Amino acid sequence: MSITSPMQTADGALSNNPIPLEKDALLAAYRTMRTIRDFEERLHVEFAKGDIPGFVHLYAGEEACATGIMMHLTDSDRIASTHRGHGHCIAKGVDVEEMMAEIYGKSSGSCRGKGGSMHIADLSKGMMGANGILGAGAPLICGAALAAKCRGDGGVGITFFGDGAANQGTVLESMNLAAVWNLPVIFVLENNGYAEATSVTYATGVDNFLDRAHGFGLPGVSVDGTDFFAVHKAAGELIAKARAGGGPALLECKMVRFYGHFEGDSQTYKAKGENDFNRLNRDCLKIFADRVTAAGIVSDAEIALMDREVANLIDDAVSSAKSAPQPTPQELTSDVYVSY
Amino acid sequence: MSRTLSFKLAINEALDLEMRRDPSVILLGEDIVGGSGSPGEMDAWGGVLGVTKGLYGKHGNRLMDTPLSESAYIGAAIGAAACGMRPVAELMFLDFMGVCFDQILNQAAKFRYMFGGKAKTPVVIRAMVGAGFRAAAQHSQMLTPMFTHVPGLKVVCPSNAYDAKGLLIQSIRDDDPVIFCEHKNLYASEADVPAEPYAIPFGEANVVRDGRDVTIVSYGLTVHRALEAAQTLSKRSGIEAEVIDLRTLSPIDWDTVIESVENTGRLVVVDEANPRCSIATDVAAYVAQQAFGALKAAPQMVTAPHTPVPFSPALEDLYIPSADAIAAAVLKTHPQALAA
Repeated sequence: MSITSPMQTADGALSNNPIPLEKDALLAAYRTMRTIRDFEERLHVEFAKGDIPGFVHLYAGEEACATGIMMHLTDSDRIASTHRGHGHCIAKGVDVEEMMAEIYGKSSGSCRGKGGSMHIADLSKGMMGANGILGAGAPLICGAALAAKCRGDGGVGITFFGDGAANQGTVLESMNLAAVWNLPVIFVLENNGYAEATSVTYATGVDNFLDRAHGFGLPGVSVDGTDFFAVHKAAGELIAKARAGGGPALLECKMVRFYGHFEGDSQTYKAKGENDFNRLNRDCLKIFADRVTAAGIVSDAEIALMDREVANLIDDAVSSAKSAPQPTPQELTSDVYVSY
Repeated sequence: MSRTLSFKLAINEALDLEMRRDPSVILLGEDIVGGSGSPGEMDAWGGVLGVTKGLYGKHGNRLMDTPLSESAYIGAAIGAAACGMRPVAELMFLDFMGVCFDQILNQAAKFRYMFGGKAKTPVVIRAMVGAGFRAAAQHSQMLTPMFTHVPGLKVVCPSNAYDAKGLLIQSIRDDDPVIFCEHKNLYASEADVPAEPYAIPFGEANVVRDGRDVTIVSYGLTVHRALEAAQTLSKRSGIEAEVIDLRTLSPIDWDTVIESVENTGRLVVVDEANPRCSIATDVAAYVAQQAFGALKAAPQMVTAPHTPVPFSPALEDLYIPSADAIAAAVLKTHPQALAA
């Protein structure tokens, strides 16, 4: 079975291929991935303290996917995200302090505290929202791509969904619609092996998700999602093709979820030692850092400096979120309609 | 210039005029053109009942036939609206909300609130409603209460060709998502309709008959049944009914309803929807709360029964509120007239 199975090491992540990006881009990629990681690790800690309302789904372990794809996009390209959306938001340029405040339910949040972790959006950045409904982003991004096509502005739409939502009718219908209308859409399947607590091997009738794409007449590419460079290369090719009118495609990123489905998930459905194994062998940040430092392009000191800067950014975001004011009672009834 | 126009052609004209005025208006739906990819003619149908017939010739590819994938294309219309287009999607029969409701309920209706007021979703979803077409249980429902219940949606249900044109133009220009309900048994009804564009504001009911003795509140097809009942009552019992056509259910014009009941002291609400949690219960409850002191008799509700829509004409004719049933309800608010 070619679908991700737990406890499997990444193939080719430490390849000797020349690194295809300039130093500035590598530093930017690392900073984004590190920001996502620290954001999520910190939420894990803060959630356990009981200060964060509701529930959160952490993206830690999956950073290379969001980052490798989003580096090809501008603010006028649109993405539709998932319940596990913090990484997509950060990689798409949503303000980290506003995100943190949103997760704390504060009025300074990205959505004035009215959306929370599962609904962070910033349309000015082309981020059409995390989404609490699995697979709901696929039809929406077809619409975003249709708008881009109508305007002829060369914009593309990316919809993210997991191996769980890959079984939603909305995703399958949207792949067909995108093929029929030749829409500039990339369907990004983030296959972390688990739909909540259920294995992909149990919940999926095909051995290979690319067969699904082929069934709808779409090209499909599958990459090791812990390898930033593999994601970046594949995404770059598919996005460039879609931008040029070449139509939609499926990109599967096989990756690992360091935490549970949500915070508080005991994860007893995972194999013993699975998380430790993945952190040791399949950590996309570590793989990236090892490769760029081994190649002599980025120094250990530069990595350490960025780590400190990001740690400070997250510290500031948490303290400003904690001290931010609550929404006023008037906020309860505002912004239901533009006019009513 | 005003001329007699059918309800169906009034809708067609509204779409045509708005497409001429605003290039961001696009039309999506199943067979709204008809013939796409087929060996015969394009614009073969212009919608299943021909409402959009002829628009393809005027606006070409701004009308798009869709696969039979309601979730995908209704979602795409919503996504395109969130990205600056003004799509009008035809759902054919509102009963088909069952296969695409998430996109309406959890996406379009929620974006503005969930994203802290930073999104607008100017989408119109047109669909046929109502019984009397011998179309049985899955193509005949009056599902207006389901949408009226949802904050973030606007719900429109015109009773005549003049209102259909003006309310559809307003719906397209409106910045919120609108569910535009077209009673299929009104398509052939005619009225004087000005040729030029005009918009009827939402939340403004129309007093279609003045009367001092009882207020009959309705919308859609049953406005005509209410008028029929009012004429009969005037002739036979000397009871003069005021008939209010709500025109829009969300927002709703409470002021006109309350003002009328304060004058007449009696209320009959006529609703083609099923009785529980309906427009009828909504209006009756509101009036009971806000104008209790003005009421001289218990409010009456005339609705469809708590059943699916039957197929047999013999049964379906009993399903839709009749003029007789409305007149009987009015008499219940006049015990002295009953006694006489």
